Amino acid sequence: MTDATAQSPEPRKQSSLISSDARTAKRNAAEKRFRAYGLTAILMGLAFLVVLFVSIVRSGMPAFTRTVVDVEFVLTQEQFDASEKELFKTKAYSNLFIAELQDQLTASGLSIDFDAKAIERLLGKVGGTLREHYKANAADLGKPVQFELAASSRVDGYFKGRVSRDTLQDSRFLMLSDLDLVDALEEVGIIKQAFNWTFVTGADSGVDNPGGAGIGASVVGSFFMMIVVLVLSLPIGVAASIYLEEFAPQNRLTDLIEVNISNLAAVPSIVFGILGLAVFIQFMHLPQSAPLVGGLVLTLMTLPTIIISTRASLKSVPPSIRDAALGVGASKMQAVFHHVLPLAMPGILTGTIIGLAQALGETAPLLLIGMVGFVARGYPEGIVAGFTEANSAMPAQIYTWAARADVSFYEKAWGGIIVLLAFLLTMNIIAIILRRRFERRW
Amino acid sequence: MPLLWLTLIVLAIAGAGYVLGRSRALASAGGDSRHLHSLPSYYGANVALKSVVPAIGVMILWLLLQPLYVGSQVSGTIPDSAVAEGSSRSLVMAEVRRTADGLKNAVALGEMTTEFATDPDADLAEVTQSLKDAGQIVTADVTQDILRGAQKYRAMNATGYFVMSGLVILIALAGVFFGLRETQKEFRARNVVEAGLKAILIGAASIAILTTVGIVLSLVFNTLEFFRLYPFMDFFFGTKWAPSFSGRGGASDLGILPLLWGTFYISIVALTVAVPIGLFAAIYLSEYASPRLRAVAKPLLEVLAGIPTIVYGLFALLTVGPLLVKFFGDDGLGWMQSGTAVMTAGLVMGVMLIPFVSSLSDDIINAVPQAMRDGSYGLGATQSETIRQVVLPAALPGIVGAILLAASRAIGETMIVVLGAGAAARLSMNPFDAMTTVTAKIVSQLTGDADFASPEALVAFALGMTLFVLTLGLNVLALYIVRKYREQYE
Repeated sequence: MTDATAQSPEPRKQSSLISSDARTAKRNAAEKRFRAYGLTAILMGLAFLVVLFVSIVRSGMPAFTRTVVDVEFVLTQEQFDASEKELFKTKAYSNLFIAELQDQLTASGLSIDFDAKAIERLLGKVGGTLREHYKANAADLGKPVQFELAASSRVDGYFKGRVSRDTLQDSRFLMLSDLDLVDALEEVGIIKQAFNWTFVTGADSGVDNPGGAGIGASVVGSFFMMIVVLVLSLPIGVAASIYLEEFAPQNRLTDLIEVNISNLAAVPSIVFGILGLAVFIQFMHLPQSAPLVGGLVLTLMTLPTIIISTRASLKSVPPSIRDAALGVGASKMQAVFHHVLPLAMPGILTGTIIGLAQALGETAPLLLIGMVGFVARGYPEGIVAGFTEANSAMPAQIYTWAARADVSFYEKAWGGIIVLLAFLLTMNIIAIILRRRFERRW
Repeated sequence: MPLLWLTLIVLAIAGAGYVLGRSRALASAGGDSRHLHSLPSYYGANVALKSVVPAIGVMILWLLLQPLYVGSQVSGTIPDSAVAEGSSRSLVMAEVRRTADGLKNAVALGEMTTEFATDPDADLAEVTQSLKDAGQIVTADVTQDILRGAQKYRAMNATGYFVMSGLVILIALAGVFFGLRETQKEFRARNVVEAGLKAILIGAASIAILTTVGIVLSLVFNTLEFFRLYPFMDFFFGTKWAPSFSGRGGASDLGILPLLWGTFYISIVALTVAVPIGLFAAIYLSEYASPRLRAVAKPLLEVLAGIPTIVYGLFALLTVGPLLVKFFGDDGLGWMQSGTAVMTAGLVMGVMLIPFVSSLSDDIINAVPQAMRDGSYGLGATQSETIRQVVLPAALPGIVGAILLAASRAIGETMIVVLGAGAAARLSMNPFDAMTTVTAKIVSQLTGDADFASPEALVAFALGMTLFVLTLGLNVLALYIVRKYREQYE
C-alpha cells in the first residue's frame, strides 16, 4: 500500500482554503474588474442622461424669461395733444418717456446721462408703442400706467450671459456705454426679468426678431396632428390587432401582414416622409404643410407600434375568459368585443399614448411634407382650418430655430425642447398611471 | 367644408337606418324579441352598415380618382404652345391648380365676384391684380391658357363634388332601403353583421400591406423617373456629390458613394460607443444587478430611447460640437474645423443607441437557461467566467441580431446627422471632418420643393430607395437571427 503512494506522481501542491493562491486572486480580480465594467457602463448611460437633461434645462430656461423695462408713466391730455401736433409724433413721445425715465433715476439717487439713441438701442422704438397705447386707450390719459416694454435682444443677451462687457463691440445695436445705463436701471429695479408669455403662447417671428418668437402656434399645429393620429390609428390599430390575434387563420395573407408590420416598425421615419410626399402631396394633392397630412403620415408610422402593443395586451387576457363567454352562447365576435376587448383596454390605451408620444416628437417626416419652410405666424382660424391650413409642429419649429443663423434662436430651440419634453413627460406619466391603476395580473 | 357635412349626413342616415331596422325587426316578431333570429340591435346594425360602408367607400374612391380625371382632362385642353421651353406640362398644371385655388379663395374672401372668376374673357391683368390683392400667391402673370385651364378645373371640380354628394347620399339611402327590405324575423342578422365586421377588421389589418406597397411604389416610380434623367452607373459609382440647383438638368454630380461613406462612418462611430456600453449594461443588469437597481436603471436607460431625435440633434449641434471643438479644434489638437463632424453625430447617435442594444441584449441574456449557468458554477467557474464562456456564446446570435437592429437604426437616423454631421459630402478618413449622409441629403434635396421634374429633386427618391433596401435587408437579417435563436431555447 505504501508502494502505491510512493509510485504516485508528485503530490498536489497543498493549498489552503483560507489563504488564496496567486491564480485564485487573479481570477477574483478579473471577476471584480468585469463587474466594474458593467457598473461603469450603466453609470455612463445614466451620466449621459443626466448631462443631456442638465444641458437642456440650463440652456432652455432662459427662453422662458425675458428682460423688460418696467416704467410707470403718466401722460397728460395736454402732452398728448401737443405731441399729436408735432411733425415727428413718435419722437415727441420718446422724448417725454426719456424725461420721465431721467426723473425716476434722479429721484432714486442715480444720475446717469443718456440720449434718445441709447433708449432706442435698449428698447427699440418706444414712442410708437406709447402712442399706440394712448390712441387706443384714451381713458388712460392723465393716469399713471405701468408699461412693461421688452428690451432688445442684445440687452436680453447681456442679462443671460450671451453678451458680456469684454466681448461687446460698439455697434449701432448696442454700445458699451449703454451697459452702464442698463446696470443703473437694474439697480433701481426698472429693468428686470419677467416671465416670457410671448414664448409660450406666441407664434414664430421673422429671422430678425428672436425676441418675439413663440412656440404656441406650433403647439396648436402639433395638437391637431395628434388628433388626426389618435382618431385614425386607435380604431385601425385595434381592429387590425383583433383580427390578427383572434380571427386570423394560419395562411399566406396572415403571414404577409405579420411580416409587413414587423418590418414597418423598423423602417426609418424619413421613408414615411417620402411616402407622404409622394402619395398625399404629389398624387392626392392634399395641402402642403397641413396638420392633416402630417397626421396621416404619422398615423402610418405609429400604426405598427400600436398594433404590436395592442396584440400584447389582447394576448395577456386569459383564454378562460373567451371560453366562458363562448360557453354561455356568445359568438366569437361577441366574446371578443364584449369581454376580451374591455379587459385589454388599459393596455391598449397605454400603448396608444406611448405611440402618440413617439409621433409627437418625430421630426424627419415633417421636414419632407413642408412643415419647415413655413413660418407659423398665427393661429388657425377655426377647427377645419386647423386641420387643413399650413401650420408648423413643435419639433419642426425647433428644427427651424436650430437652423437659423442668429444665435439667440438657439435659446428658443432649447426652450422649445423643454415644452416638447414636458408634453412627452405628461403623456408618459398618464400611460404609467393608467397601467398601474387598471392593469390586472391574471 | 362640405366633406364634413356629407359625412355627417351619411352618418345621420345610417343612424336613422339603425332605429328603423331595429323597430321593423321587432314589429315583424310582434314586439317579442324572443321570436327573432338575432338580437334586435343586430338588425339595426345590419341596416346601418349597409348604408355607411358603400357610401363612404364610394366617397373615398371618388375623392381619389376625381383629381386624376380632372387633371388629365384639363391638361388635355392646354395647347403645346402654352408649355414654355424648358418647362414641362406638369409645371403648367401646377400653375393651373394654383390659379384655381387662388380664384376659389379670392371668391371665398369676397375680393372677387363669382361672375368675374368664371368669366373666360376676363382681362388677364385685372385677374392677376385682384388675385394678388386677395393675398393669393400668383407666381407669374396669368396667361389666357392658364386662366381657361384654371376655370375649367374649377368648374369640373365643382360639378364633380356636386355629383359625388348626390351619389353618396343616394347610395346611403339605397343601403337603408335594401337593409330594411330584408329585415324580418327569420333574417340571420347577426351572421351578416359579424361577417361584415370581420371584413372591416381584415381591411384594417391590410393597411400594413398597403403602406408597404405605397412606400415601394412611390419609391420605385420616382427612382425610375430619376434614372431616365440621370445615368444609373454615375449614381451608384460616382464619387462626387455636387447638385446644382441653378441650371436645371445641368452639370450636377450625383454620386452616392460619398453619402454612403458618411452614413457608414457615422454608424460605425455610433456603434463603437453604443455596443460596449449597451452590452456591458445588459450583462450587469441581467446577471449582477439587484432587483431594486434593475427596476430603477432599466427604465432610466430606456428613457434615452424615448427622447425625440430632434433633441439629440440639438444636443449634438449646440453642446457636443462646441465641446469637441474645444479639445480637437484649432485651439487644441487642430484636427477639427467646425463643430459639425462625423465624431459629433456619431457620439450622440451612440448615446441614443445604448438602450436599443442593452434592452434587446438583456432580454436575450435572460432567455439563456439557468441550467447552463448552474453547470458552469458547478465546475468551479466564477460568475464572470461563466458569463464570458457560457452565457455570451449561447446568447451571441441574439446579440448580433440586436446590434444589427441598432445598425439599421443608425443608418436610417435623420435629425442627428442633419444637425450634427454637416452638409459637405466628402470621402475622408478623418472622423473630425464634416460629412453627410443619405438621410441628410434626402432632407436637403426635398425640403420645400414641390416640383419633382428635376433630377436634383428626384435623386432623393433614389437615395430613399437605397436607404429602404439597406435597412430592410438589415432588419430582415436581424429578425431572422433573433427568431431563430429564440426557437433554440423554447
